[in-house]
Amino acid sequence: MKKKAIQIIVALILFFFSLIVSFENEWINNGIYLIAYIIVGLEIVLKAIRNIFRGKVFDENFLMTIATIGAFFVGDFAEAVAVILFYQVGELFQSYAVDKSRKSITSLMDIRPDYANVKRNNEILKVDPEEVKIGEIIVIKPGEKIPLDGVIIEGNSMVDTSALTGESVPRELNIGDEILSGCINKNGLLAVEVTKEFGESTVSKILDLVENASTKKSKSENFITKFAKYYTPIVVIIAVFLAIIPPFIIPGAIFSDWIYRALTFLVVSCPCALVISIPLGFFGGIGGASKVGILVKGSNYLEALADAEIVVFDKTGTLTEGVFEVQKIEAVGIQKEELLKYVAYVESNSNHPISISIGKTYGEEIDNTKIEEVEEISGHGIIAKIEGKEIIVGNNKLMEKQNIAYDKTEEIGTILYVAIDKKYSGYILIADKIKQDAKEAIKKLKGIGIKQTVMLTGDRKNVGEKVAEELNIDKVYTELLPDAKVEKVEELLKGKSLKGKLAFIGDGINDAPVLALSDIGIAMGGLGSDAAIEAADIVIMTDEPSKVETAIKISKKTLRIVKQNIVLALVIKVGVLILTAFGLSNMWEAVFADVGVSIIAILNALRMLKMSK
Amino acid sequence: MKNTYILDGLECANCAAKIEEQVKKIEGVENASVSFFSRKMIIECGESNIDEIIEKAKKIVKKVEPDVKIKKA
Repeated sequence: MKKKAIQIIVALILFFFSLIVSFENEWINNGIYLIAYIIVGLEIVLKAIRNIFRGKVFDENFLMTIATIGAFFVGDFAEAVAVILFYQVGELFQSYAVDKSRKSITSLMDIRPDYANVKRNNEILKVDPEEVKIGEIIVIKPGEKIPLDGVIIEGNSMVDTSALTGESVPRELNIGDEILSGCINKNGLLAVEVTKEFGESTVSKILDLVENASTKKSKSENFITKFAKYYTPIVVIIAVFLAIIPPFIIPGAIFSDWIYRALTFLVVSCPCALVISIPLGFFGGIGGASKVGILVKGSNYLEALADAEIVVFDKTGTLTEGVFEVQKIEAVGIQKEELLKYVAYVESNSNHPISISIGKTYGEEIDNTKIEEVEEISGHGIIAKIEGKEIIVGNNKLMEKQNIAYDKTEEIGTILYVAIDKKYSGYILIADKIKQDAKEAIKKLKGIGIKQTVMLTGDRKNVGEKVAEELNIDKVYTELLPDAKVEKVEELLKGKSLKGKLAFIGDGINDAPVLALSDIGIAMGGLGSDAAIEAADIVIMTDEPSKVETAIKISKKTLRIVKQNIVLALVIKVGVLILTAFGLSNMWEAVFADVGVSIIAILNALRMLKMSK
Repeated sequence: MKNTYILDGLECANCAAKIEEQVKKIEGVENASVSFFSRKMIIECGESNIDEIIEKAKKIVKKVEPDVKIKKA
């Protein structure tokens, strides 16, 4: 690249020298031009000749060579040099821009660990992560990348997950916690038991996904490739006709004049600006998205997302946390702590998620000697004797069956009524918590023109509808079994407009068929869930539903840039071609239409890399 | 089966598109894709005649972009 830059500068000096200082004998000027041309353009001429022998005609080297040598023959020495100069400057810039964007994407994805410190025979060895087997112990020092997925068996530390999630606040991890490769250990020394081989580890999967994303091509890219295939030959053929026919049929036409116009056509015939800037736009969009924790598996998905019209959410785990929590304790004639304690004792032998969440809220050791006579009444609740008192915990049916005068509450969620020695003592409300940004997420989606938001859930009607109402979701379908979700999505797909797309957002657990069926399947909280990464087209690494809007925005911005580039390149190229045909434009404008447009389009596409949060 | 190759020295986007198109046409290739930016060529094909397919693909690359070196990823 440096060598090329020097060639260009030397040729540039010679060119301007000859342009300003005119010698009496114009052949001295022309000689200087020729030297400048050889310095900067010989490489292209040689390449063109070599490629012809290899059966590769009509490449850009060939077109440039013909155009400039033609210009020499019709006596436009200065123009020939200028054209080749500009072309080379453009090429130099182009390779610089491409290089830069390649680098910025790879640095974005600079999460590949180079080594792992593995403990073998009481020795710590530095090895390639690929050599570490499941069950081995690795040691991670502060500042090092986590090389493989595993479970912490010693130590605790703050761990930076930003490379995976875009989340800047580090997480605190302790013994027993799962730790993912690709994160960075901030301060503590950790010993980790490896649970996955390198190839199956999170870091490998993500790298694989991002690196291969640009191989799944968008419609725009395919269009341009097709367009380029016809564009160049057509322009070249027109150029040939332009050189031959008019001089014969138009009276007084000068041969060299029309050859000049034909040569100008050749300069514009290269489709480079389009061919490079469109994939670059998508490449940048995918890179920018991964920077904020959104992994897009292909340009085609990024393109489709811009047309999203219906956004369908799964409820549990997507809009809600997916963990049951005690939301409220209402005690009647008894202390709240006391009530919670009794319920925790009653529920202590059950593995039901609700029982577990109560145990978690209670948080203290259960003394089993205090529990007598536990009776579980299926579909109703539990009756047990704790410290000599009869405790009844269950739903309204159980209260009615036991003839207990209780106050029925209208709260939404799972309600456990409690009676102590047949006397109503209050209730505990257990519900799934709505995610912090869920409401904002729906609002933002409406703000960017999503026509319909839908929520699907297997949960009960009153729970589902309450959540939907709180979040302002347009449509809600409740009490759906997994196959009913598929049917609903099929129905919704029929209801959308021709061009509109349906995006489904789920947590990747048991909604793989729906993810596959939707136009765009988005999995959330993909961190550590292989199923989600496999099944979805887009993976949101954090747990935030608001990232869906971010993804759509990135997609729209990418498409806007791509469209701008297509229009810009086509309008200028066709415009210059028409002007040239009528003799109103010269080679200078043609060079601009070729190289200048390339540069503008690339600069425009590079804006995608500067995606901020 | 997916085979990934690195096309070292791939500098022309149009050539990448041409390589992709021609490699797709090789008999036995189920799908092929060339990414100009990641400089990768992915060929999906059955395992039986894989050597032959790869040889043909390499020839195409050499013809379209003589300066590119092909490496197995």
